[in-house]
Amino acid sequence: MSRNLYDLIGLVAAVCFILALKGLSHPKTARRGNLIGAAGATIATLLVFFFTGNKGEAEYHSLPLHHFGLIIGAVALGLLVGVPAARKVQMTQMPQLVALFNGVGGGAAALVAIVEYLKLGSGASTAAVYATVFTVIVGSVSFSGSIITFAKLQELMTTRPVVFPGGRFLIAANLAGVFAAGAWVINSGGNKPLLVLGGLSLLFGVLFVLPVGGADVPIVISLLNAFTGLTVAASGYVLQTTLLIVAGTLVGASGTILTRLMAEAMGRSLFKTLFGAFTAKPQEASGATEVRPVKSGSPEDVAILLNYARRVVIVPGFGLAVAQAQHTVREMADVLAAKGIDVAYGIHAVAGRMPGHMNVLLAEANVPYEQLQEMDEVNPTFAQTDVALVIGANDVVNPAAKNSPGCPIYGMPILEVADAANVVFLKRSMRPGFAGIENELLYDPKTTLLFGDAKDTLTKVVSALKNL
Amino acid sequence: MMSNGLALLSIFTLSVFVGFEVVSKVSSTLHTPLMSGANAIHGVILVGAIVVADHASNNLQLSLALVAIVLATINMVGGFVVTDRMLEMFKAKKK
Repeated sequence: MSRNLYDLIGLVAAVCFILALKGLSHPKTARRGNLIGAAGATIATLLVFFFTGNKGEAEYHSLPLHHFGLIIGAVALGLLVGVPAARKVQMTQMPQLVALFNGVGGGAAALVAIVEYLKLGSGASTAAVYATVFTVIVGSVSFSGSIITFAKLQELMTTRPVVFPGGRFLIAANLAGVFAAGAWVINSGGNKPLLVLGGLSLLFGVLFVLPVGGADVPIVISLLNAFTGLTVAASGYVLQTTLLIVAGTLVGASGTILTRLMAEAMGRSLFKTLFGAFTAKPQEASGATEVRPVKSGSPEDVAILLNYARRVVIVPGFGLAVAQAQHTVREMADVLAAKGIDVAYGIHAVAGRMPGHMNVLLAEANVPYEQLQEMDEVNPTFAQTDVALVIGANDVVNPAAKNSPGCPIYGMPILEVADAANVVFLKRSMRPGFAGIENELLYDPKTTLLFGDAKDTLTKVVSALKNL
Repeated sequence: MMSNGLALLSIFTLSVFVGFEVVSKVSSTLHTPLMSGANAIHGVILVGAIVVADHASNNLQLSLALVAIVLATINMVGGFVVTDRMLEMFKAKKK
């Protein structure tokens, strides 16, 4: 295939990516958009197997590609790992899978630039060397940073911000080291500086993400996603491949916008998200030994409370998804609706682990779309609500976001469940939420706590309701 | 006729603006699928990984390139599949 034909079909793939992002931005076209993107990626991948370049020019080579068998084997291995992982993952664990996919993409981009750099040796142009340095730094940061976000979301490590004495000096020194190593690569070339650069960048990715609190992790994933896009664009520059530049830049730019939109939805500034942990006062270990009275009830008490309500708002959180209680909740909502009670779901923009995550989880349980109300819609109605039923949610209803400046979620818009006449919390224990902050509302006199696994307790509430 | 470097820079600059424009207004419901879909798109680095595997002139380069191919394939294919699964659920609820 000649250069012209290759570039022309490459252009088709690039247009596919633009249409994909556009489609994904609207609910009606989202699924089609994703499929168009997949088609573009397939076209681009197949294309590279048929490219020979123009006869007589330096880039001309015969087909099949060198190491054809190994290349196909590697693609097959990637398919064998990627497809089952994507198909089998529980929807509750989907955010960390996205983080992981993003990380390996960043790693791949860094490796591509490294191989091309090694091959070009001293023949690399100055611009290509700069692009390589950029790719290795950002790709490695994206890789190791994503691994840490994965560990946080999978709860392999603490979800609280990890801050240690001298942390900010260490991270500053690390950053300086990264730049110095970058300059070293640019000035003297060779493999050793590149290795040092990669190592320091990986370390920086870890130090960069560690201080970020659990609730802010989605924003960081989105940011690292944009980083990986830019890395791909820079690799495209090193390889002189237009398609990679277009695709990478599109993701980099749209990812940056998306990161800002997400931060806005959570009422956070991007700067505070990333560096907040350095400036915030260290929190006292919340509720360490403190024992305060709380009011706990039985499933029957809650059933009675619900039975005589006129309006009930269910506030689902990640705990509901963990207990796989979506279907039981829907059953309860159906029973309540049959009794003529007005039922709605109050969905916080970041309920779950990512913006929109809860909508996906409830859609999976066939909850009618009309009952899902976003924060702006549901907040004014809490004053007329008899019972706010908070299931496995904590941070998104925590008044600390309004009342205590300096706490990690301060400024985040919350669901104002405190306005309702009664608040019921379904919780596994008194353990604070993902962000690790104590919730004052739990001690409020109008709050009833119902301890236990959300699914078990809800099943008991449903059967009690049916008997009333 | 532009120089090659300048042409690539132009493409880069225009792509930045296109990227900004296409996602300017997105409801929070779609943030996660959009991130995941964009994530899959940068899996197209697979193309670059295959090109450098073809170029590789020694075993070190070849091994690194093959690792890049595996990682990029996981990113791309896994990304599109998981995004489709998320969006499938949005579709089901309309019925």
